[in-house]
Amino acid sequence: MIETIQFEINGSPTQLSLDPNTILMWALRNELSLTGTKFGCGLGFCGSCTVILDNEPVRSCMIPLSDAKGKKLITIEGLSKNGSLHPIQKAFMKNDALQCGYCTPGMIMNAYGLLLKNPEPSRQEVIDGMEDNLCRCGTYGRIIESIQMAGKEMKGGVAV
Amino acid sequence: MKREEKITEQLSRDMNNLREMDRRNFMKRIGGGLVIAFSVTDMPLLAGCSPQEDEKRDVNAYLKIGEAGRVTLYTGKVEMGQGPITSLPMMLADELDVAIESVDIIMGDTDICPYDEGTYGSLSTRAFGQVLRATAAEARAILLKMAAGELSTDPNQLQVSNGLVSTISDPAKQVSYAELTKGKAILETVKEKPELKKAAEMKIMGSSRLHVDAELKVTGQAKYSGDIQLPGMMYAKIVRPPSLGAKLISVDTSAAEAIEGVEIVREEDFIVLLHASQDTADYAITRVKTEFEEEIMEVDNDTLHEYLGKNGTEIREIGSGGDPDADIDASGTLFVSEFKDPYIAHAPIENHTATAVFEGDKLNIWASCQTPYSTKEDVAEALGIPQEKVRLNEIFTGGAFGGKIYNPQAIEVARIAKLSEKPIQLVYSREEEFLYDRLRPAALVKIKSGITADGEMVLWDYNIYFGGRRGAKHFYDIPNHRTRNLNPSGESKGHPFYTGAWRAPSNNTNTWARESQIEIMASAAGKDPLQFRLDHLAENQKMTKVLEAGAEKFGWTPAVGPSGRGYGLACGIDAGTYVVVFVEAEVNKSTGHVQVKRAVVSQDLGLVVNPQGVIIQAEGCVIMGLGYTLSEEIEFEGRKMLTRNFDTYTLPQFSWTPQIDVVNIDKQDEPPQGGGEPAIICMGGAVANAIFDATGARLYQLPMTPERVLEAIRAT
Repeated sequence: MIETIQFEINGSPTQLSLDPNTILMWALRNELSLTGTKFGCGLGFCGSCTVILDNEPVRSCMIPLSDAKGKKLITIEGLSKNGSLHPIQKAFMKNDALQCGYCTPGMIMNAYGLLLKNPEPSRQEVIDGMEDNLCRCGTYGRIIESIQMAGKEMKGGVAV
Repeated sequence: MKREEKITEQLSRDMNNLREMDRRNFMKRIGGGLVIAFSVTDMPLLAGCSPQEDEKRDVNAYLKIGEAGRVTLYTGKVEMGQGPITSLPMMLADELDVAIESVDIIMGDTDICPYDEGTYGSLSTRAFGQVLRATAAEARAILLKMAAGELSTDPNQLQVSNGLVSTISDPAKQVSYAELTKGKAILETVKEKPELKKAAEMKIMGSSRLHVDAELKVTGQAKYSGDIQLPGMMYAKIVRPPSLGAKLISVDTSAAEAIEGVEIVREEDFIVLLHASQDTADYAITRVKTEFEEEIMEVDNDTLHEYLGKNGTEIREIGSGGDPDADIDASGTLFVSEFKDPYIAHAPIENHTATAVFEGDKLNIWASCQTPYSTKEDVAEALGIPQEKVRLNEIFTGGAFGGKIYNPQAIEVARIAKLSEKPIQLVYSREEEFLYDRLRPAALVKIKSGITADGEMVLWDYNIYFGGRRGAKHFYDIPNHRTRNLNPSGESKGHPFYTGAWRAPSNNTNTWARESQIEIMASAAGKDPLQFRLDHLAENQKMTKVLEAGAEKFGWTPAVGPSGRGYGLACGIDAGTYVVVFVEAEVNKSTGHVQVKRAVVSQDLGLVVNPQGVIIQAEGCVIMGLGYTLSEEIEFEGRKMLTRNFDTYTLPQFSWTPQIDVVNIDKQDEPPQGGGEPAIICMGGAVANAIFDATGARLYQLPMTPERVLEAIRAT
């Protein structure tokens, strides 16, 4: 059952010898100690476990580790470079777009995926792209502003 | 217990804590410097913080001025998104006259922070915050006295800025707090009522400050209790019943045990699977075969309110005046309504989670909770060990809203750690989170009210079944009135599920019912709903001002409902704060879909410490309030819960977000009141009234789903 699976995580090649059916979220959190990716509902409804897999935002609670084989993964820990925060992170801070912060990594990763495809989204496009990420504290308005602000600042240069 | 008795009990507990405190050990643990502890001897200090009768006081604070000039605040409060990690240091720094950047805060560590009842009831600022200010002011006075000795002058000849004391006549003569406390280990308690700063003297309070924990949270570095990883830690899954109250008849764990690495611990019906991988533990639990005998309870969503009405037999009057049984004059009109509220869940995105390890005979726990101290007591009791052998550690909580006052997961993780003798992490699944949540109780409200031919309210007979008393009393000028609470000793009694405090407990139900009924009468009287309220608030200048300020921001123009505009408002009082919400809603008459386009919150909450923090809390109240108003409802049959994840329990989403404006009445010289809860109480009533204004349809049941809205429109 154990298989060695190689992939790139936050720019570094890595490998895990695990059951390939292991849920990606648990592999990230418990094997690689990347605990910024959060468990919320376990069925892909809330988005707090969102990570980027080959430029696509995915719900890591819904996919097996084997899906990452040979691919590039980015988690919240991989967004800041050389101690400098990513513009999306900066915009969230500037707009105070968080409260308890538990959904925040998933929000930021989903926004990252959205901006990769659509660097300067309209308000409605942000809403459509973020609709299935849930925040119980009710910070949606500030998140929408943050994503638009980050998009404008980056002018298309989203990728880390 | 009477309020006074409760306070006395609480106060005596605080004093005992201080007396019992081994000062030398305490100073060793907390480090050198000047430590100021607040011991309550002067109740008038807290006058004006006006907690509800059923709330407990918490009145503990201490702070340390360390050798390197860092000031550390120790508090039993926890940060769960509501912002005390930012606002409490603001209060402290301002009163102590130090730079905000020099303040550190340690929260919810039961070994080094003072006892605290819990982070709830919007008490962090209005009760604890005032105590903290007093403690800081006392610390400032003590340091000035020490500086006076150092500089050979009188304390009133001194000034302080950024922790540097200097003489007014010659500012070059100076000494810093750090120098004064260097090498000292002094423990002082506050004995007199210190003078708090007036608004004009405040330099930090009243100016907006961004969340100081934001960077940790946007980088994924903020630690929640499930992020703690310990060597040799095992992940636990507990064998659960299909419904509450079900009794275990038989269990077969052999298929689960056949999975490599699975271990089982058991204590009677408490059966737990352990594995070094969460993933495998999640799978293994599905291989356990069980047979349960479920408890029969004849109630479901369809019969719920009939059930509540029938069982709400224990009556407690909580207010009356005039003759509530009076016959209305023949020229008057009587209105009889029944309002129905369902069970709703807290549904924080972080489920109840805990990690625990025994180090020797001491149990270390990290738990997502609002109440580290009572959780510590519960754990110690469950394990039969002394309280000092349990430590709850500082940790972020991923949303709570009242749902993490109770922490069964902490007790369970402790039991498992003891049984297995291993470090354990227990993460509730979303399905467990729903089933074991202390739901907002379902409620029935029956109101009989009346107006004269001139549109004057003359009768108000208000009865709430099972929903609770907070916010039940009305505040309008009505000569004959009565408010009754039915099944007041209920708590979870009579309900098929556990129930408890949900953000502004009881007040969402009460404000929605009251403010709906008010507008039913306003419309019948041919009056503008805002003017109708103002006409009955002659005695209540505070609410009048809040209403007028909100109306101005909203751009309210008088009209008799239904005006077709989709305007609605509701007002109420919660946690000492007077609040009104105005909304504009669009109702799709063919689908029943309701979209709230904009909302204005106007509130009088006394001193505003962090304006930005208050605005963010009010925004959160509007968004979260749309959930209980439009979509949230637990579906169930007896004690079996059918709504167990977000596919069937609909939380507010991005597309629901209205434009939100918040008006805070300027009262910077008054004591602070609640900020995290009040605005949410108005959402049900404001939206219900907006739907009526748009369509003429009156809804009597929450949530106002598209189906219910359509049904109500058809009935008009």
